[in-house]
Amino acid sequence: MKKKKFLKNLFIGLVLFFLYLPILVLVLYSFNTSKLNILFEGFTLKWYLVLLENRSLLEALGNTLFVAVTSTLVSTIIGTISAIALKKYRFFGRSVLNELLYIPIVIPEIVLGIALLSIYTFFHIELGLHTLILSHIAFSLPFVVVSVRSVLNSLDPHLEEASSDLGASPIKTFFHITLPAVMPGVISGALLAFTLSLDDVVISYFTAGPGSNTLPLKIYSMIKTGITPDVNALSSLILLVVITILTLSTVIKIRQSGKEKAYE
Amino acid sequence: MKQYDSKFKWLILFPIVFYCLFLIVLPLLYIFIISFFQNDYYGGIIQVFTIKNYIQILDIVYLKVFLQSFLIAFITTIICICIAYPFSLFVSEKKSRYKSIFLMLVIIPFLTNSLIRTYGWIVLLRKEGLINTLLFQLHLIDEPLALMYNSLGIIIGMVYTLLPFMILPVYSAVDKLDRSMLEASSDLGASKWQRFIHVIIPETLPGLFNGSLMVFIPAIGYFFISDLLGGGKLMLLGNLIKNQFLVARNWPFGASVSIVLIIITFFLVKLYKKTGGKMDDLGGF
Repeated sequence: MKKKKFLKNLFIGLVLFFLYLPILVLVLYSFNTSKLNILFEGFTLKWYLVLLENRSLLEALGNTLFVAVTSTLVSTIIGTISAIALKKYRFFGRSVLNELLYIPIVIPEIVLGIALLSIYTFFHIELGLHTLILSHIAFSLPFVVVSVRSVLNSLDPHLEEASSDLGASPIKTFFHITLPAVMPGVISGALLAFTLSLDDVVISYFTAGPGSNTLPLKIYSMIKTGITPDVNALSSLILLVVITILTLSTVIKIRQSGKEKAYE
Repeated sequence: MKQYDSKFKWLILFPIVFYCLFLIVLPLLYIFIISFFQNDYYGGIIQVFTIKNYIQILDIVYLKVFLQSFLIAFITTIICICIAYPFSLFVSEKKSRYKSIFLMLVIIPFLTNSLIRTYGWIVLLRKEGLINTLLFQLHLIDEPLALMYNSLGIIIGMVYTLLPFMILPVYSAVDKLDRSMLEASSDLGASKWQRFIHVIIPETLPGLFNGSLMVFIPAIGYFFISDLLGGGKLMLLGNLIKNQFLVARNWPFGASVSIVLIIITFFLVKLYKKTGGKMDDLGGF
């Protein structure tokens, strides 16, 4: 029995090792004095300083964050309002609209990428940050709608009725009743949109123009021509930020659920 | 009042209708239309109807690309299932606090850039990379193993990048398993294997199909993995489409390949729905 448990834990450990292996390697080599990444020669922090002077890499990081924040904001606002409207109103074409929203979730990203590129070309829209933002909205908006809708479906339908029966205007009901109730779905949808945007390679590859390089695109071209350890340094820093945020949110969650249990 | 309400309704629906029209319907319709046009030698499109692009797909060269692509995607999906299924089962037996920690550990790498992680694999797998150096130092090999710039490299990269998409839906299906039903089956004398085949597998099938869909479809299109880890030797559908649009500049042919890919995707989604999968579960985690 004990041996079995050990084997199960070993399997979990091996899977996690597989998931973290390439990341550990990158973090390790960000402290390596050698530029050629083959043997570990000695500990240094110089690549973190070199990174501060790598203009094009930092510019790509800035673009990535700008595109991610803007597209997430727009997707989240439109996605939330639309999810509520699509549930509340009956109108001609509603089911078609609902079906259409699944398309960006299921079709291969590359198809959406070339389709968007073609339509921009057709309308003579020059590629740049604006087309990049528009394309990121295109693939992340449906995820927000789905995420908000899953919370909406578990909501008490009489809540809004009660609010309007008590004399609240539709706008007041929206801001004071509906929006707070669907907030968990809004937040998880926004987080998903944000991470999808940060990580996107395929759609950005087709819809970014000259001067609107994002970090993934920059790294893609660097891998082909030769990567420098300051990229490792940047990756390590990003990883540090991600882990800090996630740890904090998990600690808060565990504490909250602990409190709820104490009340029960 | 009634009229005001209806105006308000359309005002609220306007953004989503606009979005669907201009960022989904119109781009895909345009791709569909140009897939029936001819191309000229300068990368332009001639508006003359033809089905030549679809006939060109039947050329043995392109059929091979389809076959290779599906084979790689299929193998990737199977390996992901073999890793994700036991992993989810074992994790679901843990206490709830450890469960959320393990799940978070699965999500963290997925939140860092996929290209950076692919680069990490290059450092590990290349000829003078970490794994080969280590094996050589230990005198286990005399010559470096070919771990990348072949289909092995592509599959390692695909499995690595797409594994979380399999783990998350499979785990949520496994975790929802009715414990009392499992107990009932063993009380009734079912062996562990019988329980696994007759109770656990059927109950978690929708989650399994969900994960397979979320792994199989991207695996067809992720051109950057076959570019970087396959060394461009093996052409996948993603590479074919990318090349037709950006290198060969034969947009009508690239469009026709994309249309075939869309049709295959819809067929797979239909199959998923038939097995009892819900559309809202796709990509929602």
